[in-house]
Amino acid sequence: MIETEVLKKYNNYTRKRKSYLWIVLILMLVFAVLGISVGPSKVSMGDFLSVISGYGDETKNQIIFNLRLPRILAAILSGAALSVSGVVMQSILRNPLGSPFTLGLSNAAAFGAALAVILFGAGSTFSSNTDAVIISNPYITTISAFFWSLVASLLIIIVARKKGATPENMILTGIIASTLFTALTTGLQYIADDIQLSAIVFWTFGDLSKGGWKELLIQSLIILPVLLYFYYNRWNYNAIDSGDEAAHSLGTNTPALRLSGMIAASLATAAVVSFYGIIAFVGLVVPHIVRRIIGSNERFLIPGAALSGSAFLLGCDILARTVISPMVLPVGIITSLVGAPLFIFLLMRGIGSSQWK
Amino acid sequence: MIEINDIYFSYNHSPVIKGITHRFEKGSFSAILGPNGSGKTTLIRLLNHILKPLSGDILLNGISLNKMTIREIAREIAYVPQFQYNVFPSTVFDTVLLGRNPYIRWSPGSGDRKITSDILEKLHLSEVALKDINQLSGGQRQRVFIARALAQQPSIIILDEPTANLDIRYQNEVLELLGKLRQAGITIIMAIHDLNQALRYCPEFLIIDDGRIVAEGGLEVFDEQLIESVYKIKVKIFRESGQIYILPR
Repeated sequence: MIETEVLKKYNNYTRKRKSYLWIVLILMLVFAVLGISVGPSKVSMGDFLSVISGYGDETKNQIIFNLRLPRILAAILSGAALSVSGVVMQSILRNPLGSPFTLGLSNAAAFGAALAVILFGAGSTFSSNTDAVIISNPYITTISAFFWSLVASLLIIIVARKKGATPENMILTGIIASTLFTALTTGLQYIADDIQLSAIVFWTFGDLSKGGWKELLIQSLIILPVLLYFYYNRWNYNAIDSGDEAAHSLGTNTPALRLSGMIAASLATAAVVSFYGIIAFVGLVVPHIVRRIIGSNERFLIPGAALSGSAFLLGCDILARTVISPMVLPVGIITSLVGAPLFIFLLMRGIGSSQWK
Repeated sequence: MIEINDIYFSYNHSPVIKGITHRFEKGSFSAILGPNGSGKTTLIRLLNHILKPLSGDILLNGISLNKMTIREIAREIAYVPQFQYNVFPSTVFDTVLLGRNPYIRWSPGSGDRKITSDILEKLHLSEVALKDINQLSGGQRQRVFIARALAQQPSIIILDEPTANLDIRYQNEVLELLGKLRQAGITIIMAIHDLNQALRYCPEFLIIDDGRIVAEGGLEVFDEQLIESVYKIKVKIFRESGQIYILPR
């Protein structure tokens, strides 16, 4: 086939977007390797290689397999889940402020955790010598958080079924759900004793060290199919971006996709939030940073946001473990502290997709 | 060919379309005319199956739209909506490529990109292929949406006010383009407000008022009485070398 001038330009344009994906993938891998070695006890590249090949000593084995690797995989999975859910929520709600938390999920999960702490004594906490609060019986907290974030999505599904899955209905219901769950959590905090209160507050700090291999397995069983589902529908989300009527006439069933996308995003987000607590900003800002660099074609945006979200969360987690080492900060604090200035910088510099064609 | 058989439609129990029957022949170019609130846009949405009639049926080449999937309909009927600002704009090329959506299973192939690039060239949009659609002028943008409709390779293109927000030069450009598409065998149905532009470019008309057809046919259906009763204003009709013009008095 003769390649026309337009096709040449377009192929060049797509090549640039693909190269962005490769660059971020490499960056993510670099962060992952860095993430293995950084922390209170140093692990060198040599240690890592010897552990991987089965010749490492027991301590290093323990550190790498039980602490560092699960943590890194948790960052990769959670970063991708939050960031891609953000992209999809923005698209189906046709709103730049869309994020995995728009529908009140994080507040609902926090309420679920608080409820578990108070009702089931999941929060019989004590201070360890590192001054961290430990939540005993963490499974009940996780299950309760997951359950209540699904209740929040159920609320929106009911409204969507009765009054139509329009962006307005969904956003308004989300805001109302957020307010409702915040009020309920505040109520619980008011009746909680000091120890319960600290457990409730501690849970809301997004922290990737809360999980292990079992948590990762459950998480990936939810998140990986969701990511695949989103990627499969990338052209349908492009259609939705051009308006409901246009999408319909392009053969896309907008109400059905909006509802299923919302449920999928809720599941993926709940799979992150209920295990690790609230990790702010990744789901809102990473999609916008990627949009500014490669544009809003979902075909590149979805994989781009997945890789960038993973790299971003990995990077933030490394910072969280090094800034005031040997103390480890919850990564949820770092994501906002790094994300906000980074986004404002991009906004001010006017780095937009239009300059990279 | 698309056939409307006695359709009715209401929004929340207030009837909007009250028994319309009409046939759009293959390769016809029809303007749907009527005052605001007469049901033009609703009729267009029904034709495109965005809305479903409460009773009656719409047949596409003899098959009811109700029996077709939304992707099957999208391969036959393309729709150019009224201008909408895109929150997340894509490039012109990607917008037109999206017209291939009803045919895509996993991802558009080289054939789809070839069709897109050919259409862009035919519609003189090659120069702006990589621009965001929000950066284009109104006329260019309308051409992009028509290009997207063409990429669907439909037998029918339905347009809702394609000349709204365009200056007279772009209005003519868009309507001339539609005339050419019709010559290529595509059935064109558009809702339009500007009577004189419709009279100049369209050979067939469907005038609706209060959810019913009040006149259908060619230029001969227009007379002062009809326009006055539909639009509730006094008008004068001028005829000159086969063309007619309507002016308010």
